[in-house]
Amino acid sequence: MTNAVEFIHTSRRFGDVTAVDQVSLKIAEGEFFSMLGPSGSGKTTCLRLIAGFEQPDDGQIVIHGRDATGLPPYQRNVNTVFQDYALFPHMNVIDNIAYGLMVKGVAKKERLARAQEALELVALKDHGSRKPAQLSGGQRQRIALARALVNRPKVLLLDEPLGALDLKLREQMQSELKRLQRQLGITFVFVTHDQTEALSMSDRVAVFNQGRIEQLDTPQNLYNRPATEFVASFVGSANVVRGELAQQLAAVDAFTVRPEFVSLNDSTNTVSLDGTVTDIQYQGANTRIEVEVGPGIIIAALQPNVLHALASGSAFNSAPDDSTEQALPVIGSAVRIGWQPEAMVALQTAAVSPTNTEITTESAGA
Amino acid sequence: MSSVMSIHPSGPAAVSEPPRNLLQRFSDRLYLQPRLLLLLLLTPPLLWFGSVYIASLLALLWQGLYTFDDFTMLVSDTLTLSNYVQLFDAANFDIIVRTLLMALSVSVFSALIAFPVAYYMARYASGKTKAFFYLAVMLPMWTSYIVKAYAWTLLLAQEGVTHWFIELLHLTPVLNWLLSLPGIGGNTLSTSNLGRFLVFTYIWLPFMILPIQASLERLPPSLLQASSDLGATPAKTFRHVILPLSVPGIAAGSIFTFSLTLGDYIVPQLVGPPGLFLGSMVYVQQGSIGNMPMAAAFTLVPIVLIAVYLSIVKRMGAFDAL
Repeated sequence: MTNAVEFIHTSRRFGDVTAVDQVSLKIAEGEFFSMLGPSGSGKTTCLRLIAGFEQPDDGQIVIHGRDATGLPPYQRNVNTVFQDYALFPHMNVIDNIAYGLMVKGVAKKERLARAQEALELVALKDHGSRKPAQLSGGQRQRIALARALVNRPKVLLLDEPLGALDLKLREQMQSELKRLQRQLGITFVFVTHDQTEALSMSDRVAVFNQGRIEQLDTPQNLYNRPATEFVASFVGSANVVRGELAQQLAAVDAFTVRPEFVSLNDSTNTVSLDGTVTDIQYQGANTRIEVEVGPGIIIAALQPNVLHALASGSAFNSAPDDSTEQALPVIGSAVRIGWQPEAMVALQTAAVSPTNTEITTESAGA
Repeated sequence: MSSVMSIHPSGPAAVSEPPRNLLQRFSDRLYLQPRLLLLLLLTPPLLWFGSVYIASLLALLWQGLYTFDDFTMLVSDTLTLSNYVQLFDAANFDIIVRTLLMALSVSVFSALIAFPVAYYMARYASGKTKAFFYLAVMLPMWTSYIVKAYAWTLLLAQEGVTHWFIELLHLTPVLNWLLSLPGIGGNTLSTSNLGRFLVFTYIWLPFMILPIQASLERLPPSLLQASSDLGATPAKTFRHVILPLSVPGIAAGSIFTFSLTLGDYIVPQLVGPPGLFLGSMVYVQQGSIGNMPMAAAFTLVPIVLIAVYLSIVKRMGAFDAL
């Protein structure tokens, strides 16, 4: 099976900044692939390298077995959904969608029919004659999607397309995107800084940091078996234990344990530590309890909030009743926290050191 | 008890505000009533605009209805339409057509040569290069317009730099051919319509570059990327995205070049063949002959022409983006 997209030791530099640093990766055909990372991590530059808006300084980009290095965007069979949607303000919706077909010389009748089809695919069939300015953010988003999909691209690139939408709409669009991807069988390359989005939609996720891929894995493995401290703390929330304590508890240089695997005053825990509660945060579904187990070492525990009102007899008991409140420790009290040994994941420590500092110290030494 | 009150700054005595002076109360009032602020800000300019501009313009056009006695050279306030009708006399109509054609060709040519400069300024130049280009475009406007026009009469004269330079390039036959064309040519560049056209274009060019540059600057780069992403070659992107979206800028620039050429009376006197322009006709009627009513009637022409021009430009969608 050919790969939809392949990076071979690809680098892209802007002046002194190396935005993409010797990245090699393979995206399989029909895959929902996400590039996750903080801003400036190189994920968007990678997407622009596939689209052709940027050309690599080193290495190659291969799209469907064909070397795309040096090809302009208009000669690549990939399409992009832009972060700001980039709809043409002087054209109505149907002309926007038909644009790709129009510039390729598809006859007017056919291109309008296909644009209408694409409009129905995104459930906006009655909006063809409107101007982009008359649409809501979510509708513009769908039009941008339809405009890209109408060209039947081999790879669809999505540059933080849900970033500007509110939470409700974002969740709705997430499942819709996933449905479209399954239905059309097109390779999706999705760039985001939102880890929830990446985890919930993707077949595989590449976590970017400082122009390099920290880890490339399935969402489950990224969360359960993070390779580095960066991945552990960027994907979900994590307790990272280093140094002496790590040696003492797990005989490694550093390990991570997820807060939801940490429990309070639980005698079944085989790893346990004594500490003082420093903060308690109510988060709706959970309560986060921060415990200081050594000077400056804070370990967070996440406890699901259980419905105690039901237990007390009446489900409509609106008056707060102290006796039914969950038994939470108070700030400043001493607690014993602990977890099962399999909850600990050893981290590579070497890969964490920032690449930029390496370069500067090297050049300073030379 | 009173000592406790003074210790705690949160007591009611500390909360009460110091009395506000008149100016502060006035600005509170303006903040709470934005309409009042708007009224105060807009009344002076609207009064100025209404009395100095509109009223005097209407008074001028009204004078166009007065009668001028050719024998006594006196103006009487007997109302007549004959001045406006006379605009369509062959001699007068000639002036209108001549001016109109010049204004149109200056606008078209200015747009053609302004666009690449504006495009470079908006999309490629940054920092010092951009500052340099702004300066280079604006610098000619710091010089007196009359000085520039006079300078051009010398530059374009038979013994001038332009003729010398064209000779140096061995292009004199081309120039001679151009000057032999009816309507465009003349004895030398400085006495030809071609020369007049060049001077007009030179003088009004900044007014074309700046609005186009502004409209191109507003064009988000992602639109151009989206176009090429969807398979459009740069030429198609230009035709379908850049050009339509810069029409408001071109229209705004052409309104300047068109109306400024239409009303000019200095350049036609200094450069080009004899034959009056609208502006010089008004000048002659009012200054030399003292036929105020006819001069007033002539001022209606550019107003009407620009109104027609604006409506055409509007139909092209030039103001949709406003």
